[in-house]
Amino acid sequence: MLVIQVLLNGIVLGSLYACIAVGFSLVWGVLNVINLMHGSFIVLGSYLAWGAYNALGLAPWTALLIAAPAFFCLGYAIQRGILNRVIAAPVLVTLTLTFGLDLMLNNAMLIGFKADYRRLILDPSLGTVSVGSLVVPTDRIVATIFALLLTLVLYLVLRRSRIGRAIVAVRMDRDASRLMGVDVPSIYAITFGLGAAMAGCAGVLLAMIYPISPIAAGSFLGKAFVVCVLGGLGSVPGAVVGGLFLGVMESFGSLAFGPEHSVTLSFGLLILFLIVRPQGLLGKRGFE
Amino acid sequence: MKKSSYFGTIALLVLFGCLPLFESSYALRIGIFACMYAIMAVSWTVIGGFTGYPSFATAAFFGFGAYCGGVLINKGWPLFAAVGAAGAVAFVSALLLGIALVRLRGHYFAIGSLAVAEVLREATNSATDLTGGGMGLNIPLAVTSSSSVMGEASFFFWAMLALLLLTFIVVHLIQQSKLGFGLVCIKQNESAADMIGVNATMYKSVAFAFSGVFVAMAGVLYAAWMHYIEPADVFDVLLAVKPIVMALLGGLGSPAGAVLGAFVFLGIEELVWRNFLQIHSGVLGLLVVVLLLFLPNGMMSIAKRLSFRRGQRG
Repeated sequence: MLVIQVLLNGIVLGSLYACIAVGFSLVWGVLNVINLMHGSFIVLGSYLAWGAYNALGLAPWTALLIAAPAFFCLGYAIQRGILNRVIAAPVLVTLTLTFGLDLMLNNAMLIGFKADYRRLILDPSLGTVSVGSLVVPTDRIVATIFALLLTLVLYLVLRRSRIGRAIVAVRMDRDASRLMGVDVPSIYAITFGLGAAMAGCAGVLLAMIYPISPIAAGSFLGKAFVVCVLGGLGSVPGAVVGGLFLGVMESFGSLAFGPEHSVTLSFGLLILFLIVRPQGLLGKRGFE
Repeated sequence: MKKSSYFGTIALLVLFGCLPLFESSYALRIGIFACMYAIMAVSWTVIGGFTGYPSFATAAFFGFGAYCGGVLINKGWPLFAAVGAAGAVAFVSALLLGIALVRLRGHYFAIGSLAVAEVLREATNSATDLTGGGMGLNIPLAVTSSSSVMGEASFFFWAMLALLLLTFIVVHLIQQSKLGFGLVCIKQNESAADMIGVNATMYKSVAFAFSGVFVAMAGVLYAAWMHYIEPADVFDVLLAVKPIVMALLGGLGSPAGAVLGAFVFLGIEELVWRNFLQIHSGVLGLLVVVLLLFLPNGMMSIAKRLSFRRGQRG
């Protein structure tokens, strides 16, 4: 029974990891930019949920409706205004640039919200769900369901909509899609906006479970990295598989070695995968 | 690198050695940090500037060196033996790690090298018996010859400066040598370099090792000077990013530019710390963004641009 409980915890954790990573993976895959601001976007989303709940009384799932368009606009503006200028530059430049922007954003949050931990406490609390001896808090189940739903929505947008097809086309071959009449800079901005929107929504969901602090940005970013490398880059199924894999591994790792080694475990997996299978679990070779 | 800028930098650095004459401990502290940053930036140039591989492993090397040195000095080793040993161990392990790591390209290499520091930090945190874990490690006085605080600070200043000179000269020699030429070939077109017989993996691993050895030695000096180190401090991710900013500030791929960039960066950092304590990391971020958007080729390019314009006019 313990094994099933740990597996269940792993799946819940993994769906949240998938939601954290999917926007990051999309931006990395399509723009070839590692967005180091992703972690701070997530934290900002959590603050938005906290503010919406405490000031306006909006439940986190309602706050998603504000977070998604707000973060999309933020991401779109950053890409249009700043990143598009250096998009063709070497890896080092874009990486360092997003690092600089992240320093600014994180510093702004530290000043605006202070470094103390805040907690979004739902009143009345949602309680727990138990089947036999398996117990899961309801807020985690709600967060998991919304995380999977959001990921599914992103998948459908990429698969079914015109803009989504254009994004996938740009990812496959930028030059060819430009020749086919795709406005590449605008697709870049939309993709970055989608990535930011996913990060903001993930932050809203995480606010239901974890305490909120600007300091957490780094660990969210780390998880996104690991999930992308494990699952394979730039595809939604890759992020889901990578997220679930990491979540389950961490759950069982905590059981076996103790929770303090979960970071070592995930980064150890990262290095192992980078060396042995850099295209990830679902990735195709040479398509990175 | 032009001969003039090479000898000019060396002369300026030797002149910099007169700093203890001012008898100001603040100036000495800044001087030691300036040399340390310059060692990091010049070392990073080997892998990031010459070879074009965005390495974020500087923090890993620095922390590794600091802990190596701290543990050895605690065991009663003399300072310079600890510096040498840490350098040697760092070189060999970086070479071995490099063979696995440099197969990755672009973002993957960047993340892989970043993860090395994370893993080392967690390992240091959990190896409580050897490193003291999160409590940090106290390091006894390594210099017994000078009893005064000023004397000790001057000693570490000269040691760091000497290490910087060594780093600068070795990196210059690398640039002049067949190795440096091979690295530049790899940067321009790795497949082509491989084709004409450059052993790319070997060359990159050696470059990676050289980007680590002096940083690890600087880590030992830092640990001995500070007398206390902790994992969050010496494995800080900012230590991996700052050298890159310095190298970009000076001009990518030029050791003299890296020294210049490190000194200017430290100056800016010090001013910002003093005046805007609350928003110092935000200002640092702004500096990075402005630098990348408006001066992507660094300060060394300003002189070139000016002389180019003058040439056009004349």
